[in-house]
Amino acid sequence: MSAVSRAEYCVIACAEAWRDAGEILASPMGVIPSVGARLARRTFAPDLLLTDGEALLVGPDGTVEGWLPYRQHLTLVTGGRRHVMMGASQIDRYGNQNISCIGDWARPKRQLLGVRGAPVNTLNNPTSYWIPRHSRRVFVGRVDMVCGVGYDRAAEHPETARFHRIPRVVSDLGVFDFATPDHSMRLASLHPGVTVDQVREATGFELTVPDEVPYTREPTPHELELIREVIDPESARTREVPDREAG
Amino acid sequence: MSAQEAVGRLESGMTLGIGGWGSRRKPMALVRALLRTRISDLTVVSYGGPDVGLLAAVGRIRKLVTAFVTLDSIPLEPHYRAARERGGFELMEVDEAMFMWGLHAAANRLPFLPVRAGIGSDVMRAGPGLRTVTSPYEDSETFVAMPALRLDAAFVHMNRADRLGNGQYLGPDPYFDDLFCEAADTAYLSCERIVDTAELTKEAAPQTLLIKRHTVTGVVEAPNGAHFTSCAPDYGRDEAFQKRYAGTPWAEFSARFLDGDEQAYQRAVREVREGT
Repeated sequence: MSAVSRAEYCVIACAEAWRDAGEILASPMGVIPSVGARLARRTFAPDLLLTDGEALLVGPDGTVEGWLPYRQHLTLVTGGRRHVMMGASQIDRYGNQNISCIGDWARPKRQLLGVRGAPVNTLNNPTSYWIPRHSRRVFVGRVDMVCGVGYDRAAEHPETARFHRIPRVVSDLGVFDFATPDHSMRLASLHPGVTVDQVREATGFELTVPDEVPYTREPTPHELELIREVIDPESARTREVPDREAG
Repeated sequence: MSAQEAVGRLESGMTLGIGGWGSRRKPMALVRALLRTRISDLTVVSYGGPDVGLLAAVGRIRKLVTAFVTLDSIPLEPHYRAARERGGFELMEVDEAMFMWGLHAAANRLPFLPVRAGIGSDVMRAGPGLRTVTSPYEDSETFVAMPALRLDAAFVHMNRADRLGNGQYLGPDPYFDDLFCEAADTAYLSCERIVDTAELTKEAAPQTLLIKRHTVTGVVEAPNGAHFTSCAPDYGRDEAFQKRYAGTPWAEFSARFLDGDEQAYQRAVREVREGT
């Protein structure tokens, strides 16, 4: 079997977000989180619920097992039995996320999607993030508009934000979490071939870096087979994260 | 009634709710009919898609209430973006769930409903006038008091309806179209086909009857009336046409497709499809 690609390490890092999640809905947004969630469902998180991207709950082979139109989806969010992995146009040191606009909200330089469900997601169920191109444009000192709520903002509302949790941020360079005393972002693992300096260079704020940074784990042969032959045989993952020279 | 008669009941300055979601089952024929009037200064309440884009492109919106504006397969709506970046209208940006609870509040004649979503985020400054409410019970949690999104009028598009206003959706998702009708003083329902009441439940289960006639003011038969958004199972999104909409300068698009009536629009769409 050929060497593990960067996109495949990203798939593994995303899949791990749903390990031991139990019988909850996995809501992946983006190609690699979707491959990751389906990999988790077929291996170490068999009880996960998955949708077809619209209103149906489906099993691994596409068998419809339930109905989840948007209105019920919103109830599932506020009920908390869900772990979503969203994208982010900007994310800061405490996990505040922006997908609304760049610049001043009142008169934006660039209008983006809008807040969508980021406020309801972050206050109600675990919310992770997937960033396919790690750069200082995305990892910023301060986001222009807080859509997804970060740890510093959540701390201002301890009662209302009691369900707030950001388990991980996965980028094409590594995995990040908020396991620090002040819940600021920490480098949790590097994808093989990436250096700490590379990550620091691409991050627009001070990142906590432990003395020993592990590498993102290797996929098992069975996982690689599932990714390459069953879940993503057309390699859509490589269009989201192209292979590049190591180091 | 005709789409023209329906929009003839509207006035400038009204608050108009538009059903569907993103680029899905939008009442596009009614929106196109609205473009042919001089009605302006609208407060538009919508899970936004090309409905918002069309109205924004011609400056009919005074204020928009939304959680997003997207074409789904094309993430960013170009005419909405351009209008926002030139400061074209006022925006009340709320979360998807806050929006839904605003419609629920209006439908239930409540001034607000408490929502956890929004606390700690910048929608509190983006939604002008949003206030909080504290639980009177032991938990004493603080919530957003999402104000009722009461509507003067609503537009929705269904797969089928009878002449009385009983509306039926046959696709996988009702979206929030029943809530839009319940939150509105008047509601105009367009549909692919008007059928006899008895036909509605001949082949489909009664729970497909989403909209009840007491919430509907007028029914408009508009085949292909959600075009170019999706209207499953009658048709999917016209991706090629949507691409053309997003990629063509407004004046050119408007001249080719929007200068005439609905029949002219549908004819122009067929010509594009057949490559003539």
